[in-house]
Amino acid sequence: MTAISERQQRAYIASQAADMRVNVELETEGMTLNIGPQHPATHGTLRIIVKLDGEQVVAADPVPGYMHRGYEKLTEVRTFPQVNTLINRIDWLGSFANEVPFILAAEQLMEVEAPPRAQWIRTLLFELSRIANVTLFLGDMAVQLGAVTPVFYAFRDREYVLNLIESATGGRFHPNFDRIGGLKDDLPKGWIAETKQVMVKVNAFCDELEALLLGNEIFNVRTRGIGVIPPEVALSYGLSGANLRASGVDWDHRRDTQVGLVYDKLDWKVWTHPDGDSFARYWVRLQEVREAAKMVIQLCDGLPSGPIMAKVPRIIKVPEGEAWVATENPLGEMGYYVVSKGDLVPFRVKIRSASFNNISIVPWLLRGVYVPDVITILASLYFILGDIDR
Amino acid sequence: MSAVVLAELAYWQVSIFRVLGLLAAVLLPAGTIVYLFLFKMMSFMQSRLGPMEAGPYGSMQLLAEVGKWLQKEDLFPDGADRKVFAWAPIVVVASTFIMYTVVPFGPDAWFANIPTGIYFALAVSSVSVIGILMAGWASANKYSLMGGLRSAGQLIAYELPLVLAVLGVVIQAGTMDMQGIVEAQRNGEIFGLGFIGNPYILTQFVGFAVFMIAMQAELTQPPFDMPVAESELVAGYLTEYSGFRFLLFFIGEYATAGAFSAIAAVLFLGGWSLPGIGFDADIMNLLGPIVMLTKMMLIVFLVMWFRFTYPRFREDQLQIFAWKYLIPISLVNIAVTAVLKVAF
Amino acid sequence: MSSTDTDNADGAPATDELRNSLVEGLTGELHDGVVASHLLPGRDLWVRVTADAWETAGRVSRDLLGCSYFCYLSVIDWLPSPFGRSMDSSVDNLLEGVTAKEPEPMTHGVAGGDTRFQLIARLYDVHRHVGVNLKADVPDDTLTMATWTKLFGGANWHEREAYEMFGITFAGHPSLRKLYLPGDFEGYPLRKDFPLLSRMVKPWPGIVDVEGMPGVADDEGGE
Repeated sequence: MTAISERQQRAYIASQAADMRVNVELETEGMTLNIGPQHPATHGTLRIIVKLDGEQVVAADPVPGYMHRGYEKLTEVRTFPQVNTLINRIDWLGSFANEVPFILAAEQLMEVEAPPRAQWIRTLLFELSRIANVTLFLGDMAVQLGAVTPVFYAFRDREYVLNLIESATGGRFHPNFDRIGGLKDDLPKGWIAETKQVMVKVNAFCDELEALLLGNEIFNVRTRGIGVIPPEVALSYGLSGANLRASGVDWDHRRDTQVGLVYDKLDWKVWTHPDGDSFARYWVRLQEVREAAKMVIQLCDGLPSGPIMAKVPRIIKVPEGEAWVATENPLGEMGYYVVSKGDLVPFRVKIRSASFNNISIVPWLLRGVYVPDVITILASLYFILGDIDR
Repeated sequence: MSAVVLAELAYWQVSIFRVLGLLAAVLLPAGTIVYLFLFKMMSFMQSRLGPMEAGPYGSMQLLAEVGKWLQKEDLFPDGADRKVFAWAPIVVVASTFIMYTVVPFGPDAWFANIPTGIYFALAVSSVSVIGILMAGWASANKYSLMGGLRSAGQLIAYELPLVLAVLGVVIQAGTMDMQGIVEAQRNGEIFGLGFIGNPYILTQFVGFAVFMIAMQAELTQPPFDMPVAESELVAGYLTEYSGFRFLLFFIGEYATAGAFSAIAAVLFLGGWSLPGIGFDADIMNLLGPIVMLTKMMLIVFLVMWFRFTYPRFREDQLQIFAWKYLIPISLVNIAVTAVLKVAF
Repeated sequence: MSSTDTDNADGAPATDELRNSLVEGLTGELHDGVVASHLLPGRDLWVRVTADAWETAGRVSRDLLGCSYFCYLSVIDWLPSPFGRSMDSSVDNLLEGVTAKEPEPMTHGVAGGDTRFQLIARLYDVHRHVGVNLKADVPDDTLTMATWTKLFGGANWHEREAYEMFGITFAGHPSLRKLYLPGDFEGYPLRKDFPLLSRMVKPWPGIVDVEGMPGVADDEGGE
């Protein structure tokens, strides 16, 4: 590596800084606005180059990659348990959910099934991570719209859920708890009772938000009819999760393709909304949090006893094969395509993350939209940068 | 200060008292509003504590913030128009100071007794629009320009409902003089009951509502804070300001909140008068400011409460709300007031 | 031309009517375009098509078979890594003058394959709850495939990522440019012969069972 001179260094820094700052030249027809990468509205370093005509967007081009960590390359040099640690950090708000599809794919290739208790606890933590993730969305979208108070309630009530996850797994944000064949540990004593109490708080939070925001005229007028995504377009772009269900498509991995988790033993329902606008996406997620709380209580009540780890060898060598497992993560559909050659390390892992597809619709969606609505739409699509960029 | 004492002072001495009093009247409520409502009430409503370190319960936080801003570097953006950039905050703050001059705090505790008091106050409040446009333009920043233009449109649109709401009060009081309005409320009767006077909030409730909404918009507070929409334009026309100039904008924002609340207290809540005590009593020169402060804080409480709760309007929805809803409602209010005034 | 394996894996049905119908639908339309298929009853379906039939396969899946949900599109590079990463490779560091390992023979996975790069895409039918993994061999000489952007809007970004990570061009793509990497990045990172710099700097330490205390020799490692 040749050393570069200080002048070259300064020139490089200046060009980077100029790149990041707002473009000052005023063009007469159409103004190019750079939203991000440092901007309070984008959850992380997402840059969207927006061409404006007055207050309306003519063209939008998201530029992801500011957080690209090269996960798919890294998985090729990590053993399967080490990959688990890596993928925790894709969607960092509900991170237990990231581990599950990968572990299930590896278990599929090894033809090992986790014992029932492990499956139930996996589902429990999966739904808890959904609550942790989506409650933040509920508060955060309000902040994007200008209501500064609900986000504090969201963080306050999330804390209880994060404490639960921490007491069970040791980590608030990156539990790294799932293992091929089961789980790392059993639940601590008193956890079940505490979880049920926390679910009461979560339900109270949802009711509070419903009263505060859903009936509010300003919220309605800011979100209804904004960013409508017709169902065919949603399917063609691969939108998933609440974004798809808010456009009226009744599809949920937990019900339709479930493998390895125990959703068929629970009594729950899939929420859809016919409108496909930002309000629908908010509404569907609010109902999903309530549903998740309901499921957590059922899971707590029905937890079977037994071992939490199946018989797997100490050093895990996954037999040759390919497997695809996708689950309904808090952000949408997350899937792993695992190609194994019989080694300690995977041969190729394709990480299909939900926010990647969710954001790919932005150029199509933002045409003709007003600038304040850009923020509303981005907030309602709900992405995590780690999920887009991997 | 009783009338006797005042009569013995020379005019220039009275003027000095007035200037000092004005400074106190502007800055003290602004500081109280910032600490009490912005720091503490907002925090408690959001289930957090707010500043607790600086002084007992964080009461010195504002002093710390003022000190912080004062010692910052005086920055001018690269392409900024220096003179305009420097004068913009001064224009905004000046209009606030001038607005306070016509607010009476007691029978003799006033700064300027103008026969067209309320008209003067509303006219002067519009001057701040110029200051905001200056700030947006001179910052040489796309975001600031957009923020400045948005806010100019908003402020002009909401001037009309403000004025029309006030007209109802003026019709009922029969005078534009602020002291006269206080007196009319003090001495009036409602349904023949005279012991609480006739605060116009009882009869002008529609006007009060319109005035509160228009006031919220004039102060660019949520739900009308598109110009300073933090999540979108970072800070709108304020983006490039830092240090002392930002402090001026900050003080201006909350002092204006105090000024408008003071005007609202005079117009709708009866000003400095208390029901039991006579209008010209000397004691009112001491009690009056305290009463005014209390009523002001009540109205600011309402303003701040709306601010923390509601999401914000989009710019065009804001304008639709003003032109299609508020103005017709306030026109109807005026018509009804006029009819009822003649009838009763 | 299609071979169907029927695995009787723990409790799964012996024949999978739904997935069989997908295979038959594709074969019916593409005829020779379908090279091979692999079906795990009750689990999943893989169908490999020729490079020329790639776009038609997508169209047939979407219109005839009802798989209108575009899940993802990516590439598998079947070249075994010249830098090695399996249990035996204790030396990874090419910089020290050690020659690269003899490349293992290139083997392909499910549904076979002929070329180094294989496109893999997944489409799903949200009404019948069934999906198909479509594979296609990318011709080694041109490294070009037809684009799916006219069929599925979501393919736009996925093809851009495949282009920048593997170097596969998609004919007909509206704006094939880099997605994640800065504009002046050279090379195709996800290819197996693109080294992972951290492995060059510090070689793969082999399997470490229990790490010794700091300062104590690391004897307990390795198996």
